[in-house]
Amino acid sequence: MAGGGRDEQLKLLGAWPSPFVHRVRVALHLKGLDYENVEQDLVNKSELLLASNPVHKKVPVLLHNGRPVCESLVIVQYLDESFAGTGQAILPADPYDRAIARFWAAYIEDKIFPSMSKALTATTDEVKTAATANILAALETLEGAFAELSRGKGFFAGDAPGYVDVALGGFVAWMRASDKL
Amino acid sequence: MSSQAQPVKLISAFGSPFAYRVEVALALKGVPYELVLEDLDNKSELLLKHNPVHKAVPVLLHGDDRAVCESFVIVEYVDEAFDGPRILPADPYDRAMARFWAHFVENKLSKPFWMSFWTEGEVREGFAKEARENLAVLEAQLDGKRFFGGDSLGFLDIAACALAIWLDVMQEAHGFRLVGDGEFPALRRWAKEYTAHEAVKKCLPDRDRLVAYFVTNAEKYKGIARAALQQ
Repeated sequence: MAGGGRDEQLKLLGAWPSPFVHRVRVALHLKGLDYENVEQDLVNKSELLLASNPVHKKVPVLLHNGRPVCESLVIVQYLDESFAGTGQAILPADPYDRAIARFWAAYIEDKIFPSMSKALTATTDEVKTAATANILAALETLEGAFAELSRGKGFFAGDAPGYVDVALGGFVAWMRASDKL
Repeated sequence: MSSQAQPVKLISAFGSPFAYRVEVALALKGVPYELVLEDLDNKSELLLKHNPVHKAVPVLLHGDDRAVCESFVIVEYVDEAFDGPRILPADPYDRAMARFWAHFVENKLSKPFWMSFWTEGEVREGFAKEARENLAVLEAQLDGKRFFGGDSLGFLDIAACALAIWLDVMQEAHGFRLVGDGEFPALRRWAKEYTAHEAVKKCLPDRDRLVAYFVTNAEKYKGIARAALQQ
């Protein structure tokens, strides 16, 4: 695995159960980038995390030669643009295809995680049912998007995973785990 | 015909700060467009066809076969599909910062900002406090610059446009002062610079008409706020 050829230092402040951190890990692997994983304690947050993400105090945070980038989808796009020649392209080249990818990533962000969170933390059956219905409705819409975008291939992006795949992929393990809960 | 030369239509609605973001982007790039104003209580076939997922404005139609939805997605599309001054900066790190702060405006500032006008009592106070705290965080990003983008208008300036225009409008329409006269001087200075900018002026909504719109629709928005609180 290469580090991009220059004197690049990539550190990921993450937490293994986080679907958002997972997105960044996948992006780093797709680009074939070396990085140091610094596992965070989200209950006793480190000075480094608080200093690197003072606004949200959350993971993931990518430190690139010491400079922090926060918010998982912002980080994924940053990696794609910073290491444009390296590994796989995550976003497509055409502006319209990029817009479609960004639209669906935003949809996943707005519709999947908040409902999943609600469903998992619900204290009443009513709230749980409503949240679950929201997730299922969103997943149905995504099924439609997948049919249209993948054109018979295995990923939203076609032959290989792209931006939307990375955005959603983080939740697959979550959903499987939540099934068991 | 090159893709850039293909006709552009923007489906919008009067008073929408989200659609306004796109108008500013198009004006900055010098892209001519046809404005299609929706009655959101009576949505057109055109809107429902091109934004079946959200059924919301803005929607950008470019040529015969391109429909782009979601204001930030559209602004980035306009930046990439058309020549002209850059909206997002060239450097990847600066781009990441612009996107991060635009999301901050959308996710942390937008909701408490609007809700502080449409709710009352303690609930209102809670939203107002959150909005003001986040306004302070945003203001710090100006850091002596003329615009968030530096010397020229950029992505974050466009993202924050509601603050430059809708803040005063909402304060007048709802009789609630979220921001006192002397507060957030850097943001006030920015708002003046912003609204004086050529591209912004071109598509500036009529202030009196905006105020009248929010006065007329006050009960409707309060109802929307109540429903949102119950979720």
